[in-house]
Amino acid sequence: MKADPKGVLTGSHTLTGNHACAEGAFAAGCRFLGLYPIVPSLEISERFLERAPEVGATFIQMEDEVSVLAAVLGASWTGKKSMTVTSGPGLSLMMEHLGLGVMLETPCVIVDIQRAGPALGMPGRPAQGDMMQARWGSHGDYEIIALSPSSPQEMFDYTIKAFNLSERYRIPVALMSDAYVAHLKEEIVIPHAEEIEIEPRRYYKGAKDKYLPFKRDKDFVPRMVNIGDGYKFHVTGLTHDDRGYPVMNEECQEYNVHPLVWKVRNYVDEIIEVQEAETEDAEVIIISYGATSRAALKAMEQARKSGIKVGSLRLVTVWPFPEKRVAELAKKVKAFVVPEMNFGQVVLEVERCSYGNANVIFVPHGENGVENTDDLLSAIKQAGQADKVESVIIEFNKGV
Amino acid sequence: MKFWRKPLDLDKIKISCGEIHIFKDRCKGCAFCVEYCPKDVLEMSEEFNIKGYHPPYVKNPDDCLECHLCEMLCPEFAIFVTLKENEKPANVTAEKGRK
Amino acid sequence: MKAKETKTKEIQSVPSKKGEIHPMENLLRMDRMPHIWCPSCGIGLAVTAFASALEKANIDPDKISIVSGIGCTGRVAGYVKLDSFHTTHGRPIAFGTGIRVANPKIKVVVFSGDGDLIAIGGNHFIHAARRNIDMLVVCVNNFIYAMTGGQVAPTTPLAAYATTSPYGCVEPPFNIPYIADSSGAVYVARWTTLHIRRLINSLAEALQKKGFSVVEVISPCGMYYSRINKLGDGLDMMKFYHDNVEIRHGEDTKNLDIGFQTKIICGKFVDRERPSYMERYNQWLSGVKGGSRDEG
Repeated sequence: MKADPKGVLTGSHTLTGNHACAEGAFAAGCRFLGLYPIVPSLEISERFLERAPEVGATFIQMEDEVSVLAAVLGASWTGKKSMTVTSGPGLSLMMEHLGLGVMLETPCVIVDIQRAGPALGMPGRPAQGDMMQARWGSHGDYEIIALSPSSPQEMFDYTIKAFNLSERYRIPVALMSDAYVAHLKEEIVIPHAEEIEIEPRRYYKGAKDKYLPFKRDKDFVPRMVNIGDGYKFHVTGLTHDDRGYPVMNEECQEYNVHPLVWKVRNYVDEIIEVQEAETEDAEVIIISYGATSRAALKAMEQARKSGIKVGSLRLVTVWPFPEKRVAELAKKVKAFVVPEMNFGQVVLEVERCSYGNANVIFVPHGENGVENTDDLLSAIKQAGQADKVESVIIEFNKGV
Repeated sequence: MKFWRKPLDLDKIKISCGEIHIFKDRCKGCAFCVEYCPKDVLEMSEEFNIKGYHPPYVKNPDDCLECHLCEMLCPEFAIFVTLKENEKPANVTAEKGRK
Repeated sequence: MKAKETKTKEIQSVPSKKGEIHPMENLLRMDRMPHIWCPSCGIGLAVTAFASALEKANIDPDKISIVSGIGCTGRVAGYVKLDSFHTTHGRPIAFGTGIRVANPKIKVVVFSGDGDLIAIGGNHFIHAARRNIDMLVVCVNNFIYAMTGGQVAPTTPLAAYATTSPYGCVEPPFNIPYIADSSGAVYVARWTTLHIRRLINSLAEALQKKGFSVVEVISPCGMYYSRINKLGDGLDMMKFYHDNVEIRHGEDTKNLDIGFQTKIICGKFVDRERPSYMERYNQWLSGVKGGSRDEG
């Protein structure tokens, strides 16, 4: 399916990451925004609200982030593609309904503009501290899809991708950006509507009285219907059977939750997108995502100039994690260097997936590290020398 | 029932007569229907249903006036009333009411 | 991975005699009966009243969606044959707000308990009332958290016992009609499950009302509230309602506090007109370039 031209602002624009995200949402067909104001995600809401009347979208500012995601899930069941935008403290409040969204298999997009934490942290300043929360924050077993853009153009592209994945797998998708990318202003190109591929919602097309809301089709995803179409369906956040009725036994728990996990794990090859640069001959590979990728690519160039064979693996989909590819590369390279704007989250996954075959050097840095490659370069040099398999953490010494 | 003045259309009025249906195995024995039946049609039975509760039974089937109060006051959706075909003339009930 | 065949047991409806059908078969999920509520619980009565009110108000069942939270009353959504959602604890109003705003053709009914709507969901309750979202909220009040085994609720009367107030409840309770009234609800009524015909009429009236309507249903809890407080079973509570309810329409909502085994004032307290959220939204939107929307 092609995009609805009504929401596509074709042309070349100079936009901040936040504004590009709002444009991406319109292009993807998003027609409902639930919001609660939080720095630094506000500009997405503002842009969305400004353009909503001409696009034909609806929005509501709720009383807190808990109710925001509840409203987004409700809106999604009426057939409107829905999203919400938030930041760290808001994401914490949304964890309750992230679980409900997974259990009700409701497509929606959560844009998280990460800011420094914990608690209130530094509201306007970037961080990547919510990566593990997005994956594990809600209770119980589930899989999640999370994308990480590193530029305004990617904010636009990956917002569309997030909606497409969300409709394809009937799962909430998190767009894990950060305050750096959100406030970065760059030129972005919005293509014509017919060049934008949109995943349509997979609807049930059978007899009304035969509809089972959680009967899985061949592609592992149950078909949806809209409220008001006369199907009179029931869905519940309790463990349920195909009819959506709660059933309290181990067997049904297995029957219900197993596919929630496997509908993603079975399709990791389709979902996962990574961007590799010069990994063929690399001895050291920088694994990065989001804003830190910008520093990683710069560091790679500089290191190559000084004769160290460095490659880059950029995670576009952080969750599900590209386990296979990292394991493959671990056998070939001496070390991975993982820069993150936190004190070690995705690096744990890298360590796990390298199975001890490569050194993993973690480079934690604050926002100044996004432009500054000194830490990264010293880590790369250290990585080239070390031959003992060990995990090294570079000390964060760029203090206040 | 005593009339201080006999209504002119008394012979034309017919009082509806209901038939009570009970889903015995749904009953949990709360006795709301027995307590609030205005004509005392129902009574708790001695028998047990599938879950071990005592469901009500229809003691005086002819007294039911199809008011549906038992149906509305049943929290288990276990009892309902339908209209019987043969409706009684009003004076029959009037006689009975005098006892 | 292949999905395993489920062997979950189908609960068939129990016919009384040959093929008899309950008159509410078209509005209730009879394949799920018997329901989970205890003997002499009043929630079933509230559901009966709601289903009768739906018929009475002549509302298209395709265009109505019922949302419930967690708790005993939270299970209502699962027994009503409408587009029904059993959501998280306290959030049905927020979920319903999303439905209503995204598709103003759908009438949303939130059916939940006092703990769900007034304790954990209190914030959503007052804000939905303030916005005047077009929604009927049926709040079944049994004075206790019954699903979890009888803990003290924000509506538990002073001095009443619960498992978490073993020396008597020390917190003053909420007066639900007063909160609803002061937050801006356009229709506020309170009935007990004994006043079933009045409750049906009230619900039918509230369903046709545009705006945030609240109907509080006082319900007996025979297994927890009555048992812990030694008040007998549900039938004794119904008798208590019979003797102690006073109907005062239009009563000032300030005077509607409920004490432990004191008089309960029922009636229709508030019935007013205020522009609903969607009316204001559309009005605002009509003055904007390209602004157009479906009428709610």
